Amino acid sequence: MEWFYEFPSMNDDSLRTLKKAIDEGFRTFTRAYGDAIEGFFSPLQHFLIAAERFMTQTPWPIITLIILAIAWGASRSWKIVLGCLVTLLAIGYFDMWDDTMRTISMIFVCTILSIAVGIPIGILMSRSDRLQRLVNPALDVMQTMPSFVYLIPVVMLLGIGKVPGLIAVVIYAIPPMIRLTDLGIRLVDKDVLEAAEAFGSSSWQKLKNVQLPLALPTIMAGINQTIMMALAMVVIASMIGVQGLGQPVLKAIANQYFTLGIFNGLAIVGIAIIFDRVSQAYGQRLQKHREVVHG
Amino acid sequence: MADQHFDGIKIRHLYKIFGPNASAHVEAVRNGLSKAELNEKFGHVLGLKDINIEMPSGCVQVIMGLSGSGKSTLIRHINRLIDPTAGEVLVNGVDVVKMNELELREFRRQQTAMVFQKFALLPHRNVLDNTLYGLEVQGVERSKAVDVAMRWIERVGLKGFESKYPNQLSGGMQQRVGLARALANDAPVLLMDEAYSALDPLIRTDMQSVLLDLQKEIRKTIVFITHDLDEALRLGDQIAILRDGEVIQQGNSQDIVLRPADDYVANFVKEVNRGRVVQVEAVMVPPWAGLSPTCMTIPAGTTIEDAMRVIAKGPDGDVAVVGPGGEPIGVVNLRQLAGAMVNSHGAVSQHDGSVARAL
Repeated sequence: MEWFYEFPSMNDDSLRTLKKAIDEGFRTFTRAYGDAIEGFFSPLQHFLIAAERFMTQTPWPIITLIILAIAWGASRSWKIVLGCLVTLLAIGYFDMWDDTMRTISMIFVCTILSIAVGIPIGILMSRSDRLQRLVNPALDVMQTMPSFVYLIPVVMLLGIGKVPGLIAVVIYAIPPMIRLTDLGIRLVDKDVLEAAEAFGSSSWQKLKNVQLPLALPTIMAGINQTIMMALAMVVIASMIGVQGLGQPVLKAIANQYFTLGIFNGLAIVGIAIIFDRVSQAYGQRLQKHREVVHG
Repeated sequence: MADQHFDGIKIRHLYKIFGPNASAHVEAVRNGLSKAELNEKFGHVLGLKDINIEMPSGCVQVIMGLSGSGKSTLIRHINRLIDPTAGEVLVNGVDVVKMNELELREFRRQQTAMVFQKFALLPHRNVLDNTLYGLEVQGVERSKAVDVAMRWIERVGLKGFESKYPNQLSGGMQQRVGLARALANDAPVLLMDEAYSALDPLIRTDMQSVLLDLQKEIRKTIVFITHDLDEALRLGDQIAILRDGEVIQQGNSQDIVLRPADDYVANFVKEVNRGRVVQVEAVMVPPWAGLSPTCMTIPAGTTIEDAMRVIAKGPDGDVAVVGPGGEPIGVVNLRQLAGAMVNSHGAVSQHDGSVARAL
């Protein structure tokens, strides 16, 4: 009756052999292809370094002006612009400017990468139910697997640094981009799509003229979610050497520096709110032609 | 403006069955399997059954039926938005069913244009950019497309609204955009799928006039879907009535009103203002030798209502119906006209007026 009280598990030896074999296999793979993979990602590294250099070496008043100009261009709201200004000044005054700029440059690159990869996958997914069934579970895994777990193979492959951090953040942040692109395109008004079809649109013309523009508000919501999730990952990414606001937080956790932790934490919240409000206001402006004025 | 040699549309033995294994059941339906049986035994839905319609070039063909009769399915076969299960759809002599994807796309760009019940405008584009959509898809140069689009926007009465967005326009105005978009394509076939059904009655009549006016100059082959018999009678040179996926009567407005094929059609016709549809030929009697040459005349093709209006203004007595050359071809009087107006089907059933004479 022993099997009844204790789950009949694999015996320790075979289990150990299994784990060892997988580890060994992966290690061999790393040794064989690590350099090639690193080479493959090196353009990303250059991009990251350039972005970070731009953000940290440009004088702060110019960066502030650029951010405010973007905020105004996207939202056309003085309230949001003023909020941005106050947040940025406070961050600078508490001496977190450089770390904040590093984090912003990281988030910027992550978002660009997520859009560049996520939108095409979302488009393909919206066209094929089979692909949707295949991709959805993968997205579930990416979102629920504890991020520390997939840090391990990434670090084994690429070592510690910016690029592995970037990949870890993108893996965590890209699912909403893909899902909402897929959803947005699937929700496009069938009548309008039929009209485009009736006028002889090719599938590229349908995508460009109808599906993407009509799905744009949903896609914008996806971009917004991606940015928020990327920000949530900066602390974890700092464990594998990503510089920015995550590192002081990590230091504060290790040494129980309460104030250091809360200041940097609040700075993350601050830029999260800036990104969120600006991108949401932009998304809403895109929708202004959809409100029904006449019944 | 339409192609001079356009050969019209011919639909032959068209069947549409909805379901995963549709083509397997065509033969059974051809041999008399009914819609209900098909649904019960095989879980397939019969959409269209043995449709045969010839639409001559330059005519307005109305396809009428209630919802679920298959009329919207039928019109979508003409530009193959829906693939038939069996049959032929010849547009200008070419079978649409046999086209490959590229040919079909080219066919839709050059030969057809469509107007939709729910307008189906692009919400993120203004009136001008919506109107030139078809031209843009064809690859027409922007400046040329703008010229053409502006002309049609003006023609449908939307001058000054070019930069408005669809949501800023009323339903009637949106459908004018839909019409302009279709006309800008200058395709010989114009497909109108319940184009006016979503509009309120006054605007609908207004839009019908716009279409009839335009048709005098453009002479397209128009296929017009409607569930409204008044609309069908007003617009249609030819009318086909559809029920449960089958054509139950084809003919012009006179045929439909004076000789309904069955009780179903008769039921529709009962509600119609006959005076506006029935023409004097249907009730006149042949002219007799001693007919006074001084009596009033009305041209053939006048509706009963218009004829009564003429009579109401003039003296009592017979009125001569004259042909295009001015020669008398028949005689009517007030009693005959009044009789035709209040008659429901049956009494006036012959073109030669023999029944009318008996009135």
